[in-house]
Amino acid sequence: MRKVAVVGVGMTKFGKHEKTNMEMIAEASMDAINSSNITPKDIQALFVSNCLAGFEEGQLNMGGFVASELGIAGVPATRFEGACATGSMATRDAYNWVASGFYDIVLVAGTERALSMGTPLATRTFAMASDALYEGFCGLTFPGVFGLIANLYSKTYDVPMETLKESMATIAVKAHKNGANNPKAHFQKPITMEKALGAPMIADPLQLFDCCPFSDGGAALVLASEEVARKLSDTPVYIAGVGQSSAGNLGTQTYLPRLRSRELAAEQSYKMAGLEPKDIDVVELHDCFTIAEIVASEGLGFFEHGKGCQAALDGVTQMDGKIPINPSGGLKAKGHPIGATGAAQVVEIVEQLRGEADKRQVSGAEIGMTDTLGGDGGTLCNIILRR
Amino acid sequence: MAEYKLTADRYFEALKEDKLLGLKCNDCGKYTVPPKIVCQECSGSNIEVVEMKGEGVIKTYTVVRVPQEGQESQAPIPIALVTLDEGPCIMGRISNIAPDELSLDVIGRRVEVGHMVIPGDKYAHRDGVIPAFTVQ
Ligand SMILES: [Zn+2]
Repeated sequence: MRKVAVVGVGMTKFGKHEKTNMEMIAEASMDAINSSNITPKDIQALFVSNCLAGFEEGQLNMGGFVASELGIAGVPATRFEGACATGSMATRDAYNWVASGFYDIVLVAGTERALSMGTPLATRTFAMASDALYEGFCGLTFPGVFGLIANLYSKTYDVPMETLKESMATIAVKAHKNGANNPKAHFQKPITMEKALGAPMIADPLQLFDCCPFSDGGAALVLASEEVARKLSDTPVYIAGVGQSSAGNLGTQTYLPRLRSRELAAEQSYKMAGLEPKDIDVVELHDCFTIAEIVASEGLGFFEHGKGCQAALDGVTQMDGKIPINPSGGLKAKGHPIGATGAAQVVEIVEQLRGEADKRQVSGAEIGMTDTLGGDGGTLCNIILRR
Repeated sequence: MAEYKLTADRYFEALKEDKLLGLKCNDCGKYTVPPKIVCQECSGSNIEVVEMKGEGVIKTYTVVRVPQEGQESQAPIPIALVTLDEGPCIMGRISNIAPDELSLDVIGRRVEVGHMVIPGDKYAHRDGVIPAFTVQ
């Protein structure tokens, strides 16, 4: 397997867009292409990441249309779907094709118009990422999934609900604080603990500010083999390790509140990179809900199981902490246009490792990681990047 | 040709009569509920259909207050994962405690499994039959 680097990145602002999925994915793609010092004609294959365009715009089979939009119809163009992990799944696959020697330069491009769908339809279609036959009819929503996990976390680790709620609110406040430093974030205004703890209940015990928003947005990455990357960029960021794993519906996940699929995917990526959790300088992890950040921080090995709650309270995950989590604002504040999310996490880590993250720069970051959860654990991807 | 010993249709039809069917593995002895094509523990095919006791313990719960499109009239919806006495864990709704009366104390309480029919919406291919949990 050859070394593979990210040579260029692109990302629209996340939030509410009047633009179409095509406009967002094409603008992000052209930014990634232009910043890679290539033209669209250099792209040998397209890895398109989108989850719900069928519901958002009545559009399936996007691959070819994206290729055509970029003037490269004819190249293989594949659309991926793995719920919220779609973008990381596409990135990992793109990596594999370049690492194997099959292609030298490929484009990963994602988009989603989740906010423009409106909350009722977005909630319904997001819930399709649960087991439709045996669990979906119960009426579980995604906040519901993590409501189940939050209550189980409190019970399993004997963490008083009051302590857990305070930790979750601390994470929400941190996300909005970091998002305020990110000009592309969906939310760029700080919030207070009082505001988080006083918000309406969405799915017990999760309140409004425990939940990420539905967002519109696009993100894209150009990946190239090491040899090509060295010619194109003075600051290539290498993909050091990737991992992907799977799981069945929540009933079959006997490890809860741990997500076994995350542990398996993380193990693959650490092993491939020859690294350990303590080597990671900065991480963009899947904080679709504040409790999700806690369980992810444990699943990735930064804290022992049951200790992530206290670590967040202790400030370990803040910008100046031992392991800064989600300097971009995360899904919580940067936003969660699901098809674009995975690529956007990589965008943030690339900017961090290049020292280009401006007000949200983690000083001296050399090794970074992304973590993306699809559905209620069904798909889990991790990517480790380094200078 | 490979064939399901217990199809989704048969599982749901039985559940409608408050009978919880499952699969018992003759190789590893473990149970699979709801049905799969193989044993969910060992992936073996030496499985047979059995009627479960229909009792278990609440593993965790939540109350969905912002429902999916089409379920507005059902909210707030109390949902639980229940670990059956035979081992498998299933999702359903709590039927005999008002959502606002629920607290962490419900975790660990024993339940009996009944059923509830949930009409399918335009995306679903059928009506749903879900476990309804009566807390003892
Ligand atoms: Zn077995």
